[in-house]
Amino acid sequence: MKNILTLLAGLTFGFGLIISGMSNPNKVINFLDITGNWDPSLALVMIGAIPMAFLGFRWIESKHKTIFNEELHLPGKNHFNPNLLIGSALFGVGWAITGFCPGPALVALGAGSLKAMFFVGAMLIGMMIHDRILKAVLTSTQR
Amino acid sequence: MTLIINWSDFTPLASLIGGALIGASSVILLATKGRILGISGIVGSLLQRANTPQDHYRWRIYFIGGIFLAAVIGNIFNLIPKLDIGSEYSTLIVGGLLVGFGTRMGSGCTSGHAVCGLGRLSPRSLVATLTFMASGFLTAFVFYHLI
Repeated sequence: MKNILTLLAGLTFGFGLIISGMSNPNKVINFLDITGNWDPSLALVMIGAIPMAFLGFRWIESKHKTIFNEELHLPGKNHFNPNLLIGSALFGVGWAITGFCPGPALVALGAGSLKAMFFVGAMLIGMMIHDRILKAVLTSTQR
Repeated sequence: MTLIINWSDFTPLASLIGGALIGASSVILLATKGRILGISGIVGSLLQRANTPQDHYRWRIYFIGGIFLAAVIGNIFNLIPKLDIGSEYSTLIVGGLLVGFGTRMGSGCTSGHAVCGLGRLSPRSLVATLTFMASGFLTAFVFYHLI
């Protein structure tokens, strides 16, 4: 049951990306390129998404449990470090030159795009470079 | 430098509805699994599955399966507008590496920080979102107009 609901959440997310236009990299680029021929649509994606998340999260967080009475796994809201800034800045560069962020790239991959395959492959390698190599190096130098 | 709005490609209603669906899916996932909908986190954790318990990656596979299913259904019913990806392969590879590395280093991407984080009024996610938006706008200007 829970797995079906999780699948349903993924399905809803995927349709949201498709309907909103987020899964079209050119539309994303036309949003980020303000000085080009600016398409403000993606601002409306956020205006649609954030209040929905806000209301739903407030309700769930007030109960402190899932509907199956299980624990919530919530990240902290107030820890800041250089990694947050450097990582987010690097992500912004990759996002702007390709028009892909992780979710839409998965939709394009699922739709059979060869170019998305290259992007997602590189993205997975980038994640592993960070999680396996960089973290290992940092922990070994801190000892 | 003037702001020219591309009214012909502007899709306010579809983007609002799609955005509401994205928000709704993040609520479904938190309500049922107690998890934050962050794609970079979900994918990144799958890559580390060797040291995580089985249940910690099963739901992630179901979630990503749902995304793929939406893409396949969208394709069958022609809901997906032709994905015209203009980027060169070299750009896609460099961009992919940056997105993968950057989202893991910054602990989140558009879904986790912008939708869920801002939805939770998290100052940390606000800083992350402002950073990648600013970086995205700046990079787009440099990459499409100066280089």
